[in-house]
Amino acid sequence: MATVELRNVRKRFGAHEVIHGVDLRIEDREFVAFVGPSGSGKSTLLRMIAGLESVSEGEVLIDGAAVQDVAPARRGLAMVFQSYALYPHMTVAENMSFALRLAGVPAEERNRKVLAAARTLGMELLLERKPRELSGGQLQRVALGRAMVRQPKAFLLDEPLSNLDASLQAQMRLELVRLHRELDTTMIYVTHDQVEAMTMANRIVVLNDGRVEQLGTPLELYQHPASIFVAGFIGAPRMNFLEVEVTSETDECLALAYSQGAVWKVRAPREPIDGGGRIKLGIRPEHVALDENGELRGEIDAVEHLGPRAYLHARLADGTPLVVQTGGDTGVREGDRLAFRLRTDAAHLFDGDGRALRRQ
Amino acid sequence: MRPKWQARAALAMVGWLAALAMFFPILWMVLTSFKTEIAAVATPPVVFFKPTLENYRAVLERADYLAFARNSVAVSLGSTLLALALAIPAAYSMAFFPSRRTKDILLWMLSTKMLPAVGVLVPIYLLWRSLGLLDTIAGLIVMDSISVLPLVVWMLFSFFREVPPEILEASRMDGASQREEMTHILLPLCTPGIAATALLSMILCWNEAFWSLNLTTVRAATLTVFTASFSSPEGLFWAKLSAASTLAIAPILIFGWMSQRQLVRGLSFGAVK
Amino acid sequence: MTGTKPARQKRSFRTVPLLAPSIFVLFLWMVVPLAMTLWFSAENYNLLSPGKNSFAGLGNYRDLLTSRALWIAMGNTLFLVGAVLVITLVFGTLLSVLLDSEFPGRGICRLLVVAPFFVMPTVSALIWKNMFMNPVFGVFAWITRSLGIGTIDFFSSMPLLAIVVIVAWEWTPFAVLILLPALQSLNREQKEAARLDGAGPIALFYHIELPHLRRPMAVVAMIEVIFFLSLFAEIYVTTGGGPGLASTNLAFLIFRDALLGWDVGRASAGGVFAIILANIVALFLMRVVGRGLEDMR
Repeated sequence: MATVELRNVRKRFGAHEVIHGVDLRIEDREFVAFVGPSGSGKSTLLRMIAGLESVSEGEVLIDGAAVQDVAPARRGLAMVFQSYALYPHMTVAENMSFALRLAGVPAEERNRKVLAAARTLGMELLLERKPRELSGGQLQRVALGRAMVRQPKAFLLDEPLSNLDASLQAQMRLELVRLHRELDTTMIYVTHDQVEAMTMANRIVVLNDGRVEQLGTPLELYQHPASIFVAGFIGAPRMNFLEVEVTSETDECLALAYSQGAVWKVRAPREPIDGGGRIKLGIRPEHVALDENGELRGEIDAVEHLGPRAYLHARLADGTPLVVQTGGDTGVREGDRLAFRLRTDAAHLFDGDGRALRRQ
Repeated sequence: MRPKWQARAALAMVGWLAALAMFFPILWMVLTSFKTEIAAVATPPVVFFKPTLENYRAVLERADYLAFARNSVAVSLGSTLLALALAIPAAYSMAFFPSRRTKDILLWMLSTKMLPAVGVLVPIYLLWRSLGLLDTIAGLIVMDSISVLPLVVWMLFSFFREVPPEILEASRMDGASQREEMTHILLPLCTPGIAATALLSMILCWNEAFWSLNLTTVRAATLTVFTASFSSPEGLFWAKLSAASTLAIAPILIFGWMSQRQLVRGLSFGAVK
Repeated sequence: MTGTKPARQKRSFRTVPLLAPSIFVLFLWMVVPLAMTLWFSAENYNLLSPGKNSFAGLGNYRDLLTSRALWIAMGNTLFLVGAVLVITLVFGTLLSVLLDSEFPGRGICRLLVVAPFFVMPTVSALIWKNMFMNPVFGVFAWITRSLGIGTIDFFSSMPLLAIVVIVAWEWTPFAVLILLPALQSLNREQKEAARLDGAGPIALFYHIELPHLRRPMAVVAMIEVIFFLSLFAEIYVTTGGGPGLASTNLAFLIFRDALLGWDVGRASAGGVFAIILANIVALFLMRVVGRGLEDMR
């Protein structure tokens, strides 16, 4: 169990900086997900916490102690690699007990710990096999087992499920959450899949281009995204964005004009937008409804049927795409010309820099 | 569209003919080693004969032949071990901790093989003479390891690079020191590659002629020197010489056949896989 | 909050002791003998008259460059290298193409073809010298006599060609060793697509297989040239450089001067010459062919 803290952490490869001053704090026993597109630095950050990458500037603290100069093995952390990184020439049992063997733990105790971990993961029968005889899901368990046996202060998981097929992924997600509850240990989980992050984590760190975009619970991120990036990244299908112009502004209300003559009145943000101008309005597909009298008109390009729901991919008159959620039994077809209405109370506003304008 | 059977038969015939033509000299020598001396030098060449083992017996009874063989083994083994001892850490550091200069270092090592041995024959000879290394196993081992070192480094480098670095990172997370990383994980994983490298090194050292001929005379002479000493045609000894030569080349022939696929990597300095 | 030590420093501390011994050894090998050769080449130094060394400046070089022997040896060297290179590449390619096609026993044939490369060069030379080319009881002699041509003493009448034959026999398998796997790695589908496009076996070879072999052939050429420039054992065992200088190459000439004539100064000058030659050839090759080896990850 441990808290992990990063203070103004930067990483440079040569002259090229890839992590620009990251500050965050992970509480003891939390399940935190680092999420972001490829190249956002999430794996690099994880590896810096593990000690596999050096820290160019800043501090990494575990339980309050600075560890950025400490060797990986002595930080008390365990890592599960994306490719599992199991030792091919050793059996499952030997893989799991390797760290203990290096530490000089006597054989009897080693076996006990390995067996206990194997039981938790339901893989006692695999102990004498070699990695090449195992399936993806089994390899995953061995990688987890290897980490568990060390009883680390925190688990670091680098996209552990990305090599599994979809149904196995869903199953393993639940198992990992259950494992987290059972082991009651801090887990830091890196993934590019925001669905994974949303379903598994207590809190999520959204990373983009080496910077923290937002840190919060899944619901916070979903309902109150701090930037266009987070708004567009979290939630599938993606939030719709429309460029609107501020036509009038009072202390309480903003009037926004969109092409096609649509005008919306929304609650004014906490900070005044000086002098009007163009801002972005974000609205999620579930907050757009079909309405004959709706202010937006468009033609349906495609319909995605998902059983309980359907997503209508429409194109507005000015070419802007709009995704609308509707019931699974919809009769809408491609080519239909329809009108839509926005729920203005659910609209998100973003300024010219992409930052969210917080509403009162 | 499978070629007609006539084409395939013709292909097979040409193939076999070419292969036998290439192998014929070796085959002929091996056959000769089982002939009597008279049969060996008979003209027209004798194809059917009664085989005898007397040549092999005579060769193996010669104490000096065994001494030469022992020297060849000692030099090949010693040079290979020395080269491996130097090359394994070097290849490890270049494969897993590459820097901007790594590629240059590798190319530079390659370039040391371009130095023609004959260009430094004189200083090496004189140096060895003053160091008392002439006609010693140790002296030859030093030279052979230097000749073979660039190749060994290259081969090991290319094999090490095939190990996913995450496996070594995992061992580091598990608490392995650098030495433990190498002994518990890297070397066991790369054993086939290291074996192939060692085999290539042994083959090259066993067949090495230039330094063996120039730096040894009696005590440390290898089989290369022994066979070379029969350069004047003494026909009456030809069958025995064939036997001695067959014995001399047999192990390397087998080594070479066993590892030819892996050798390509080392022989081409890792440029072709 | 303060900056930490850049980890690159830590990294290089760990790797320097690993790399250093190898680099040190090879560096010594390059520098020390090289320096000594240069030094000796500027001295009048003969082991038969020790202690009578004197500074010769460029005297040895003058003697060397004006001697007939050097230029004959140079010519022989270049001829040797060129001829064997061409033969090994041509026959190596042909044999590789042959062994790439499927016929029963192809695996054994491959072993047979590859074998000569693993034979000691001294033994190879002996086989050819005594069994084939010997004018009295060699196989070739028997053949020519049966054909009524009489005996040819190869080593007297065409010594350099005889050496070419021996070395080509030894090294064609090397070309096969490198070219055959390269050929086999050629995507089968590419060949099938070409066949569907109407390519016969010769067109297939010329347009598909040959271009694919360009890079491995370059590698073969590079390596062979490096080794052929200092061919020694075969000459030592068969002709001893003769008759006269007919089969003396640069390497043998230097050897002769050094260990038979004991003229250290002259041999060192020859050595410098050989090194310069090797470097020129290597540079030339690298330029013409260099892309093959430069393609390093």
